[in-house]
Amino acid sequence: MSFISSIESVGEYALLMKKVLTIPDRMNEFLKEFIKGVFFLGVNSIWIVVIISFFIGAVIVLQIALNIDSPMLPRFTVGMVSREIILLEFSSSIMCLILAGKVGSNIASEIGTMRITEQIDALDIMGVNSANYLILPKIASFVAFMPVLVVFSMFTGLLGGYVICLILGTPSVETYVYGIQAFFRESFIWYSIFKSMLFGFIIASVAAYFGYTAKGGALEVGQASTNSVVVNSVLILASGLVFTQLVLG
Amino acid sequence: MIEVKNLRKEFDGEVVLNNINASFQNGMVNMIIGKSGSGKTVLLKCLVGLLSPTSGEIRYDGRNFVGLKSKEVSRLRRDIGMLFQGAALFDSRTVLENVMFPLDMFSRKNRRERKKRAEFCLERVNLLDAVNLYPSEISGGMKKRVAIARAIALNPKYLFCDEPNSGLDPKTSQLIDELIYDLTKDFSMTTIVVSHDMNSVINIGDKVIFINEGVKEWEGNKSEVMGTDNEKLNDFVFASDLFKKIKEAEEEKG
Repeated sequence: MSFISSIESVGEYALLMKKVLTIPDRMNEFLKEFIKGVFFLGVNSIWIVVIISFFIGAVIVLQIALNIDSPMLPRFTVGMVSREIILLEFSSSIMCLILAGKVGSNIASEIGTMRITEQIDALDIMGVNSANYLILPKIASFVAFMPVLVVFSMFTGLLGGYVICLILGTPSVETYVYGIQAFFRESFIWYSIFKSMLFGFIIASVAAYFGYTAKGGALEVGQASTNSVVVNSVLILASGLVFTQLVLG
Repeated sequence: MIEVKNLRKEFDGEVVLNNINASFQNGMVNMIIGKSGSGKTVLLKCLVGLLSPTSGEIRYDGRNFVGLKSKEVSRLRRDIGMLFQGAALFDSRTVLENVMFPLDMFSRKNRRERKKRAEFCLERVNLLDAVNLYPSEISGGMKKRVAIARAIALNPKYLFCDEPNSGLDPKTSQLIDELIYDLTKDFSMTTIVVSHDMNSVINIGDKVIFINEGVKEWEGNKSEVMGTDNEKLNDFVFASDLFKKIKEAEEEKG
């Protein structure tokens, strides 16, 4: 992408969002699509979130236990540091990078296929605001379900650490449990939830933009899907940095 | 009635349609014919507002579509039904849900009445037994018929069809043609069909417009198409061996 076309894409994205973020023509149709979105984008993502969070949580604890092996540091530090990593970064940023692949590519390819098979043209011809009808429920449902995914990720990440302590015994389960409770700040959970909701908006809207503006055939839908994952990943990392500085800095 | 005045469409400086003037009457099947790449689908997309013309006017019963605000465009579009080349049915909805969709969005009737209307439209295209099937479970001809049922669900004043017979066998093509013709007459719609299928022209074309390289080359009715002196139209019509032989047989008969 050249610099000029990137600037053009930002403009196109802004114009698309102007069409998307309006009151739906029919609220009951919006609610139907919202519920579908909660199920397909949110509930269907729970399993991948749970599996990845469990193993990453276990690996984080294992790495920290192996690398912070100093008589100067108490063993409960393993649990405490693991908790901070999981709550602050893993359950929001890293999980959203994974979801940008799963949910983002799903949205981009679904809307892209609708574009190239003229289904979006059919909506426009009927007088339906196709951008609002197709994209708004996806954004709203994904953003609304994000806190659930984050909480699942936090819990299973910490559970993964618990299980590895149970298996290896270093640190002991009691020390780990003490560590994950030590110096706990509830605000970190809210920070993570709000950050993931911002990422949820970015993932759904950017993916929808790439799908909605797809042209051509199957190859271009694939490209739109890939581009949405790449751009989403960069945006998540960059906006995570800005968000962290603004909220915690 | 739809009138087109001095319509011009360019893509990146390349002229695709130039100075098109035409009128399409109520209760008639108006056919736009021409070779592939002649600009007929671009003309259709300009007529329904999927593409903006570079210059010119498109008047729907006197209202210039080109200058309308987006809300007025949305309102006018509720009077438009369109049959797309690939049917453009919504994959995630059943046949009945597809036909009910425009009613769910814009009709103030209750659900029972909306369902009754959708079933009436499906009965009109002989597809009442396919209501619970998904688009992936039905044939190409059935998809076209569902798309017609969806297009007429809101009782449109204007019906647009983009290559309604593409990819269909001759028998199904004839069925679709007859359906378009009957619905046009029954509901007194202004129907515009883009096609390069000469069988359709002969079957249902009340009025025929021939587009060649972005310019309106010829205008007439179906009975005049076969006997025209226009060389470019003759080249197009008699490109098919079948039509060549029909013409030769007629000439032999005198």
